[in-house]
Parts: sequence; structure tokens; C-alpha cells
Amino acid sequence: MTSPTFRIDGELTIYRAAELAGAMKAALAAVADGGALELDLSEVAEMDCAGVQLLLAARRSAAESGRTLRLSGRSAAVDEVLATLRLDGHFGDAAGAAH
Amino acid sequence: MAKDINLDQVLQTFIVEARELLEDMEAALLRVADEADPRESINAIFRAAHTIKGSSGLFGLDAIVAFTHVAESVLDRVRDGAVALDEGLVALLLACGDYIGRMVDAVERTEAQADPHADPEGAALLARLQAYLAPCAAPAEVARAAAPTAAGGPARWHLSLRFGPDVLRNGMDPLSFIRYLATLGQIEHLVTIPDAVPPLEALDPEGCCLGFEIAFVTTVDKASIENVFEFVIDDCALRIVPPGSQVARYIELIHSLPEGPSRLGEILVRCGSVTAHELEAALRVQSESAPERRIGAILAEQGTVAPQVVEAALVRQKQAKEARGAENQSVRVDADKLDRLINLVGELIIATAGANLVAKRTRNLELMERNSTLADLVEEVRDSALQLRMVKIGATFNRFKRVVHDVARELGKDIELAVSGEDTELDKTVVEKIGDPLMHLVRNAMDHGIDSPERRAERGKPAAGTVSLNAFHDSGSIVIQVSDDGGGLDRERILAKGLERGLVEAGRVMSDAEVYALIFEPGFSTAEQITNLSGRGVGMDVVRRNIEALRGNVAIASEPGRGTTVTVRLPLTLAIINGFQVGVGKSVFVVPMDMVDECIEFSAQTGQDYTDLRGQVLPFIRLRELFDVPGRPAARQNIVVVKHAGQKFGLVVDALMGEAQAVIKPLSRMFVQVRGISGSSILGSGDVALILDVPVLMQQAQLGRGAAAHAAS
Repeated sequence: MTSPTFRIDGELTIYRAAELAGAMKAALAAVADGGALELDLSEVAEMDCAGVQLLLAARRSAAESGRTLRLSGRSAAVDEVLATLRLDGHFGDAAGAAH
Repeated sequence: MAKDINLDQVLQTFIVEARELLEDMEAALLRVADEADPRESINAIFRAAHTIKGSSGLFGLDAIVAFTHVAESVLDRVRDGAVALDEGLVALLLACGDYIGRMVDAVERTEAQADPHADPEGAALLARLQAYLAPCAAPAEVARAAAPTAAGGPARWHLSLRFGPDVLRNGMDPLSFIRYLATLGQIEHLVTIPDAVPPLEALDPEGCCLGFEIAFVTTVDKASIENVFEFVIDDCALRIVPPGSQVARYIELIHSLPEGPSRLGEILVRCGSVTAHELEAALRVQSESAPERRIGAILAEQGTVAPQVVEAALVRQKQAKEARGAENQSVRVDADKLDRLINLVGELIIATAGANLVAKRTRNLELMERNSTLADLVEEVRDSALQLRMVKIGATFNRFKRVVHDVARELGKDIELAVSGEDTELDKTVVEKIGDPLMHLVRNAMDHGIDSPERRAERGKPAAGTVSLNAFHDSGSIVIQVSDDGGGLDRERILAKGLERGLVEAGRVMSDAEVYALIFEPGFSTAEQITNLSGRGVGMDVVRRNIEALRGNVAIASEPGRGTTVTVRLPLTLAIINGFQVGVGKSVFVVPMDMVDECIEFSAQTGQDYTDLRGQVLPFIRLRELFDVPGRPAARQNIVVVKHAGQKFGLVVDALMGEAQAVIKPLSRMFVQVRGISGSSILGSGDVALILDVPVLMQQAQLGRGAAAHAAS
């Protein structure tokens, strides 16, 4: 069974943080207990710290509710930010663990 | 889109601030040559360049950063005394300031940033700057090279950052700071601290709760590292552990941070700042000792910090405090909002006048009393609202320092600018519009006013000519004077030219002022040689037109061999005036209160246009005749004596109606040709009153008298 995918296009920044937080919350809630949510960021054109924070919060939410959050695609912009903040490994396959 | 608006706002602030900094830099560059101790100015120039570079870096304006960096490096050498700030370098730095200004303009127009190395002008300036830097950095490395202040090789610092909740909302992205930091050295390790980030349900998506631990290898000093975070320092906990610190210092850091000691210890070990073994040993000692030891340990720690670190921190702290103090004194407000406020105050005044009128009619004493209190308050509100738009003319004057500096070089004359009355305030809208006419007057004074060095020597004047700008308040007007100590105007030549152009009739007796005023006539020019700047007279008519459009006037006085003074007189504000209402028949006219000198009973022999005011001849104008008001004059007419530019004349009216505030409404274009009326105002009753243009009426009164005198002679 494939996991549901949540795709974010365009900006993953402060300007859309509130909107995306709500959407992500809803997407996570829709995932069955113990299931996984795939985050597709391959079409993200821009990301800032608000975006990073959003991913960290979503991962924490997922972990606390027994679900898993995985990044299934990353654009160059996302790669660059995660590399700058040395978070590259954090959203890999085993993204379920909080630490 | 929301993003554009927000970004624009922050960028707009950057643009405004960058321009202000460039102005400061220019002002400092221009005064530095005259100063006995130029250190303060040199520091100011350096600070301006440094801050522009820093904030450009935050916005990713790499072209500006790269260019400014080179200028800053040169300034750094000036500051160290390695390079002398001579005339050539001042001119070069002024040109660099202009170039940076144009790059900022390009940012405003959202144009792509041209690489200054690729642009011929930028490259030329950079090459000239590099000459001062040899044998320092190689040109290609310029953008990368960090300010090489600290002696010695690279050292390893530890930075601990916790951003405050409002950082993102304020338009700052911690990422930008980290990226900028990376340009000053190498980020060896970085750990993002996600601990404070709550689950989605509890997250404030626009609040920042991120922290970073950074191991940073660099050659720059502590102050430079702190400067990276200058723009968020109020909103960010920044702790810096200098290179070679003992483990205890890291322990202290651990205790000062919100995350648990073991978690932080782990992070520090991951950053490579301390080894696991060292940490464990130190933590054990710590837990055995009593808690109060901790404070002692901190103090002891501070004792061990290198003195230069403390000094640098203190200096920076002081600077930041000063900067903040200055910021707190002013608030930036949109000009549109102010205009709206002024408009509303205008409406308020009209409404109050209406209420007053009704109160008087109903003869309700209590209401009248309350109304009068209200009117007083409204008047105060009006004054403070108008005060908001008042700016000092100093900034406009200072801009001319640069003009004088450049034009003097161009003309090969030695000219100084003397400025006085910089603190005189006037309405911002007036300031904006007076710049061009003043520029013309200043250029004219330099080009044609100041005589050649040989001529000056003949006349026994100092070799350096002086152009002076002066401003002061005079009965509701601001007076701006542009004077030069040059050769003065040539009365005969002007008169001859006037005759030739058919501007004056032959044989007419004219005062000096009337002759000099001819140069403001369209197409009048007496310049023997036309320079590339301006022939005197060319455009002087435009100057006068522009000034008259602001309800101002311009006059010229000259003393042969001694110099010329052009006096520009402008109303303080264009919006609301204190008016004196007079009635003629059923019409109401408003005279600006500041110009009313006194009121006397009308007395004159029939047919004469002057009366006797305590032994002085007072010419007057009958408003009834001037404006063709129907009906017979009242049995008892009055004369309102008005004073303008040091002269008096009278206005004959039927009734004196007293003082009232008048909100000036411009006349429609249809009435543009009407002379003697400068605008209209709405009375409390809803009727329209016309505002008299006293300077124009005065001209007419004088013409009348001149004609009378002429006829009599």
C-alpha cells in the first residue's frame, strides 16, 4: 500500500507558513495510525527558516502520534537549505525517530 | 501577493536607510578636509560604508556587497593611517558613493544587479580603489575576503544562537545570517536545535523557535562576528565562546541555555568544540559544587577573557545603544498618511467653524463656551499636525555642499559654501519643491556671481569665493537667501539689455530693485560667455515661476563689487493658515494673518490712492474696485494695513470680520489667470471665501504708486 503524499509547490516560507501548517495538520490527521505521510518538496522554489521549522514541527507531530513523516522529493532549493543547516539526514528514511 | 508587499517594505527601509547613510558619508567626506582632527569623520565614513555592506548582505545584494567591501577596505586603511585621505581619494570616494547610490536605485527599480567588475564604470572605480589597497587583496578575491582585522591565522570560535519569536515576523530569516556568516570564514560544524519547535498543533507558524550551535573558523575578530547579527541582536540570544576557551566556559554556556545539560553537551561534542571526556569531567565537578559557585565561576570567567574582547564588546554595545537612541527619536510615517491627517484636520476646522456659527446664532452661552474650548483644541491639533510635516532645511542645504564641491572643481574656482540657519523648519512638500530652484540659484551664484581669482585679487578679496545659504523665519514665511561675495550685478548692462529686449521703456526711472528684477524676465541673459552650467538669466524666469507656484516670491539685491543676494520667500505651509476675514459687499476675503499689521479707519481724499499713516504715505487698493464687487461702499470703510517683505500697504474693505483659520483649497484651473487671489477657503457657513495673494497685490499697489509718481514728475 502506498502512503498518501502531501505535495508543496512554490514557496515554503513565512508568507505561507500559517496556511501550510493548517494543510499539513489536516494531511497528517488523515493518515491512519502507524501509517506514513510522504512529503513531496520537489517543486518547492524557495524555503526559509519558517519552512524548516514547519518540517521539524510536522515531524514531531507525526512522531508523537505514532505516524511517520518522510521526504519523498526535494528540490535544489530545499537541498541547499537543509545542507546549510546540516539537517540533510534528518528527514531521510528513518524520519520517525525524534532524536 | 503578500510576499511582495512585505519584502518591499523591508527592502524599502533598506533603500531609505542606505540613501541616508550615503548622505552621511558624503557630508563627512566633504567636511573631512577642513577638520583639524578628522578621525571622527573618517569613522563616520567607515561606519556608513560598513553598514551599507552589512545590510546589503542580508538582502543578498551581492553586487553592492562586493563593491562596498573594496571601498570599506580602503577606508579601513585610512582609519589605520596607512593611507592618507587626500583630495584625490575624497573625490574617488564621492564617486564611489554615487555609484553605490545608483546600485541602490537599481534595487529600487528591481533591476538585475550588474556585477560592478563587469560594468565599465564600476570596474574603473574598483581599479582606482585597488591602487590604495596594493599590496593587499587580489581583485578577484575581493568579495570573498573578510575584513582582515584580527592578527594571526584562523581561529575556532563557538557561536550559540537562539532566535526570538518575532525574528521571522520582522522579515529576518536566520538563514540569511548564517549564509552571511559563512562569507566571513568557514562554518565547520552547525547543529540546528529543533528542541523548542513544538508539534504542529502547538506551532505558531510565523514565530521563530529555532536555535543553532555553530563551530566557526575565521580570521575576523569578535566584533565582526557580532556585527553579522547586528540587525537581530535585540531579538536573538547570541553567545560567543572565543577561541581557546576553557571547558568551563562551555559549561557556563550549557547552563545558560534552555535545553538540558546532557543534550547540549552532546551537541557541543558534535560541534567538536569540546571532547566528551573533557565535558564529563567538568560536569562532574560542577554538580558536586554548590549552585552559588556558578555565579562566582562566571565572574571568574569574565576575568579571564582577553581584555580586547571586553573592550570590543563595550564599544559595540555603546554604538548599538547610541544607534537605538537615535532611532527611538523618530518614527517613519508614510507621507500619504500624514496628508490624510492634514486633510482631516482641515475638515475639522471647517466643521468647528460651522458649529461655532450655529452656537452664536442660538445664543446659547454654554454651548458657545464649550465651542470656544473646542476651537482652541482644534487649533492646537492643527499646529501639531502641521508640525509633523515640518522638516529642517539643513538636509537640503547639505546637499549643496556636494554641488559646490563638484562645480567649483569644474569651473576651476576656489569656492566655499557657508551654511546658516539649518535648523529652520518648513513644510516637507515645500522642501521637496524648492530643491531645483535653489540648485539653479546656487549654480548661478558660483558660475556668474563669484568673480575670477584675478579679479578677486584686484579687489582685495580673499582668493576663495564664498557662496552662502541662509534661512530664517519671518512673519509666517520662510526666507531662504543665496548670496555670493562676487562682483555683483551690473546695473547698466542689465538696463541696456532690458531696453534691447523691449522689457523696459526708454527714459523710465527705475529703482535698483526693479532693474535687478529684470533678470527674472523670460529670455533675459547677460552672460558674456555661456558656460556649460548656465548663463545667468537663462532659467531664472523658470526659478521665479517655480517659486511663485509655491505662493512664494523671489527678490534680488546686489552691491557692485561686493556680491549679490537672492532672497526667496515662501509660505511655511501649503495647507492651513491663520486668516483675517474681511467683507466687501457680500463677499468675504481672507488675508493671511501673519501679514496683517493693523487696521485703521478709512480716510483719504477722494480720487487718491494713498493715505496718511502717522505721517507716512500708505498706498492702498480698493478691493471693491479691484474685484468689481457690486453695490455701494459702506458708510464706514476700513483699511487693513498689511506688511510684506518689509513694506506696507493698505486694503480698503467694508467690514472687519475677525480672525479665523482658513483651510486653503486650491482654485480650479479655470481661475489660474486671476491675479491677486491665491486660493479659496470654505467658511463655517458653507460659503466660499477667497484668499488674497498679498505679494501680488503689493506689486499692483506699488505699480500704481510708481505710475502716480511718474505722472507727477
